[in-house]
Amino acid sequence: MPTATQTIEQLANRQYRYGFVTDIEAESVPAGLNEDIIRLISAKKREPEWLLEWRLKSYRHWLTMEEPKWANVHYPPIDFQSIVYYSAPKQKKDRPKSIDEVDPKLLETYKKLGIPLHEQAALAGVAVDAVFDSVSVATTFKEKLASLGIIFCSFSEAVREHPELVRKYLGSVVPYSDNFYATLNSAVFSDGSFVYVPKGVRCPMELSTYFRINAASTGQFERTLIVADEGAYVSYLEGCTAPMRDENQLHAAVVELVALDNATIKYSTIQNWYPGDEEGRGGIYNFVTKRGKCQGKNSHISWTQVETGSAITWKYPSCILIGDNSVGEFYSVALTNHRQQADTGTKMIHIGKNTRSTIVSKGISAGFGQNTYRGMVKINAGAEKARNFTQCDSLLLGDKCGAHTFPYIEVKNSTARMEHEASTSKIGEDQIFYCNQRGISTEDAVNMIVNGFCRQVFKELPMEFAVEAQKLLAVSLEGSVG
Amino acid sequence: MLEIRNLHANVDGHEILRGVNLTVKAGEVHSIMGPNGSGKSTLAQVLAGNETYEVTEGEVLLNGRNLLELAPEARAAEGVFLAFQYPVEIPGITGSYFLRQALNSVRRYRGEEELDAVDFLKMIRERLKLVQMDDRLLNRSVNEGFSGGEKKRNEILQMAVLEPRLAILDETDSGLDIDALRIVADGVNRLRSPERAMIVVTHYQRLLNYIVPDFVHVLVNGRIVRSGGKELALELEEKGYTWVEKESARAELAGAR
Repeated sequence: MPTATQTIEQLANRQYRYGFVTDIEAESVPAGLNEDIIRLISAKKREPEWLLEWRLKSYRHWLTMEEPKWANVHYPPIDFQSIVYYSAPKQKKDRPKSIDEVDPKLLETYKKLGIPLHEQAALAGVAVDAVFDSVSVATTFKEKLASLGIIFCSFSEAVREHPELVRKYLGSVVPYSDNFYATLNSAVFSDGSFVYVPKGVRCPMELSTYFRINAASTGQFERTLIVADEGAYVSYLEGCTAPMRDENQLHAAVVELVALDNATIKYSTIQNWYPGDEEGRGGIYNFVTKRGKCQGKNSHISWTQVETGSAITWKYPSCILIGDNSVGEFYSVALTNHRQQADTGTKMIHIGKNTRSTIVSKGISAGFGQNTYRGMVKINAGAEKARNFTQCDSLLLGDKCGAHTFPYIEVKNSTARMEHEASTSKIGEDQIFYCNQRGISTEDAVNMIVNGFCRQVFKELPMEFAVEAQKLLAVSLEGSVG
Repeated sequence: MLEIRNLHANVDGHEILRGVNLTVKAGEVHSIMGPNGSGKSTLAQVLAGNETYEVTEGEVLLNGRNLLELAPEARAAEGVFLAFQYPVEIPGITGSYFLRQALNSVRRYRGEEELDAVDFLKMIRERLKLVQMDDRLLNRSVNEGFSGGEKKRNEILQMAVLEPRLAILDETDSGLDIDALRIVADGVNRLRSPERAMIVVTHYQRLLNYIVPDFVHVLVNGRIVRSGGKELALELEEKGYTWVEKESARAELAGAR
């Protein structure tokens, strides 16, 4: 008979349900990266001159940079010349005017992923921007939102229709020179979502972007920019999946959030990129820069992430708390199984007075998975009475996985208050047996314990997605009970 | 109801149970007594299906069904309940959620309808009275930060909710002061019924003043060496375990010859 530990390990054998490939004709640029490729991407998107210049400036800077090596992750060197930087499904018309003109194959793909794009069938209360490889293929509820003055569209469209807003905020939170992957993104980014919520408007529905990588050897470099003007509120969610392939694919995104006076942005991520197989073959390298700027007084930015996919995750959704009384939050569940590696956490930079931040990080490791929390809390000299609360918990399933915690704390103001709590626990055979003895199967017991462990984070997700996240975690730990 | 025949079990290669025979009928309460290390808790764990223990020989039938081939959760659903000597803490899961999961798992197995939150709440309120437990404990994580008495009461509450056919109480008296002992014993006594059998594992006779058994068995070196009525417990209390230990050593010697 297998021991409970073996059973837990079997349970951790995930089945990836989104690994199919859509057979669709694509229009790609040749593999490799040089100024001509960047000009080509920019031309394909018919971008204004200033944006091309920005891209080229980024690219030239990138050439002087080195890949960061400090993260607690290990992978062979990436050949940046073998990546295809732009791939888009071929469309008959220049750009579909309505959902009816979108290639049915694409609609079918999103339907299979559980994201119906026809508005009649669409998730009630959720507007979706669907990004397929390098382009946005459809955005739902756009007109309805526009009637409130809310702009929700693909990044390319924003560049065409609202250049003044894009120009004002692009790179204002993550500068083009920020870091190796963000700079690469600035040079080659293809599409993504743009959101602007005007003064005093509370966005009545969840906005979401669903990212799908389909084409082989292609990297996805999207860019998301969300601006909440004074007193505005918006809740935004992103989801991601990719086909199963043996080679690794690079996903290097940039997300910038700007919250003005009294504005609130809630940003949630359910990341389920292909994690690779049991031996660690294939899977997405998810190297992402996400940062929010609480620019105004009493502004509020909250990051919630459920990270179950990707071969390697490297991301630190952060908040720069400039406005007095502004609030930054980070709630995270990161699961690593098999050979997955995650180095994730946050940075909270306190600049304004009475700024507050909360960090709750839950890491779950199974199989040979390695899970690292890396976080920085920085209190600047002017941040009178700043407060931070940090809680990092790790849960281990089995005895071959690892959990690591690297908290950095830098305080330059003596009125600051900092709290840090950390714990590591293991699902013990005795706990499983106790549940078994009460009639609960090992599979249900593990799911129950894992969900209990994550509850604090799940309750931060929009209701529609909390259930989704729970299911995703269950699937990620699904397997045969021996 | 329960038929144990020539049961042998190992842990880490050491033989702990060396041929246990025991028959328990519905409605009966049997007490298993014995010195430390005699195999009392091992017997309880083996009956519940703990895989740390390896059964090497013998059989266990519950209402004619071979218990040893069933997974622990199936045994639970067939009506085996073990009140643990050391109840395990499960952080992040509230007591009421845990109990509802347990009850509904068992009901699913039996082909019964699952209870919804409202019906479950009604039922649990009533059962809480049985062990004089505060319902606030159910909103806390299972056993986390509970006192010894609270943990044991929680075990009896679970028993009251799951309504087993065979309840095994493993050292339920350990770590209890006299008041807590009385409350726990009271709860157990109220759960005695003609359809339910109980095995009470204990080191001390004290518990048996409150839960009065129909039969007492003495386990020494992995075998039942003596069985009798409730007066056997008193005799043990008076003469100590060395008395039966000597006797069993003599018997073994005789058997070896």
